[in-house]
Amino acid sequence: MAPDELISCVPRLRRYARALAANRDDADDLVQDTLERAWAKSSLWRGVGDARGWLFSIMHNLHVDGVRRPRVATQALDDDTPEVAVAATQGERLAVLDLQAALDQLPIEQREIVLLVALEDMAYADVAKTLGIPIGTVMSRLSRGRERLRALMEGRADGVRLKVVK
Amino acid sequence: MMTMNPNIPLTEAELHAFVDDQLTPERQREIEALLAQRPEESQRVQSYRGHKRELHALFDPVLEEAVPQRLVDVARPRTPWYLGRWVAGIAVALVSGAAGWGLHGALRPGAQSAPEVAAFAQRAAVAHAVYSPEQRRPVEVDAAHEDQLVTWLSKRMGAPMKPPHLQELGYALEGGRLLPGGQGPVAQFMYRDTAGRRLTLYVSNENVGQTAFRYVREGPINVFYWVDGPFGYAISAEADREALQAVATEVYRQLASR
Repeated sequence: MAPDELISCVPRLRRYARALAANRDDADDLVQDTLERAWAKSSLWRGVGDARGWLFSIMHNLHVDGVRRPRVATQALDDDTPEVAVAATQGERLAVLDLQAALDQLPIEQREIVLLVALEDMAYADVAKTLGIPIGTVMSRLSRGRERLRALMEGRADGVRLKVVK
Repeated sequence: MMTMNPNIPLTEAELHAFVDDQLTPERQREIEALLAQRPEESQRVQSYRGHKRELHALFDPVLEEAVPQRLVDVARPRTPWYLGRWVAGIAVALVSGAAGWGLHGALRPGAQSAPEVAAFAQRAAVAHAVYSPEQRRPVEVDAAHEDQLVTWLSKRMGAPMKPPHLQELGYALEGGRLLPGGQGPVAQFMYRDTAGRRLTLYVSNENVGQTAFRYVREGPINVFYWVDGPFGYAISAEADREALQAVATEVYRQLASR
């Protein structure tokens, strides 16, 4: 992986971080910590075939293990940078905002998988590698996460319990 | 791509794989036909696909935003820090040779190595030889108590000690133990494959020196070892070199992302 490859991943890291973190500044802090960690490990880059998976692994570990270095809360100064742009029509906008609220209610381990699959189009095997968990766990969390999201979107308090299908 | 028998009923995993277009084209078509007769599943598929579209609508605009300068700065660090790191990376690459991964070039048995590092690899091999035949007490804390194992070893080693997951390569974690190293404690994680053959990962943080990937044979035991900062890692097994190399690659990949 070359430095240019690192920077080319930044927009996607930001998108994923924005979906994980509560707000824009926290999300960019997470991206910054991820990049710093990637540089601290740069002597290992040669062994990394899948740069994207590796960076997402780093971000996952930083986010979940809570080993982020303490930082003074920052606020972006430039007011003219737009907040998340939302799709055109009012109807879609409302639906989209609902989805974000529902997403925030998913347990983190389900939210991560739902997002990696949806936003990154990651193959299940790559999700398993990125998160360091068995693929069976990926599938069960994806299933529970999606069903819970659907229940929340339909205004049901709890996701229906799915039959266990082996 | 997942491939599944078309005759078995639609599983939950397959339904999701269909939503995400991760099945073979044939199976995608079969499930599409199957769903025409199963309104409940069909509705779930539509709902999940709708959520995916909405997630893109919600977060894709981030891709179009200008990247804040502070992130550009850390993604492209300036010299001297940048140069320092980058040169270190190149040095590792040179030592470990040209081919792809970097492992191959270092795989010369008997290649020159600092005595401390060689002693480290030998201790790992001996520890493997001592504990891997153990039937009743191969580990001190077993994998069923992985949390306790991690907490305990991390505390004793004074650094996070989380065993890599190697299920994909056919090795299940059995557990781990603490051992005496050259100057202080070392951790040993034990894995076994379905045939019961064992593999150990030996981790020290004693600053054993510097080395790129190396490979040695100690009698019937093959050992891959390398050093990353204060940590020395050695993977030992009676497996052949290719199998061990695949494990080393995966362990290295998982450690590099922590």
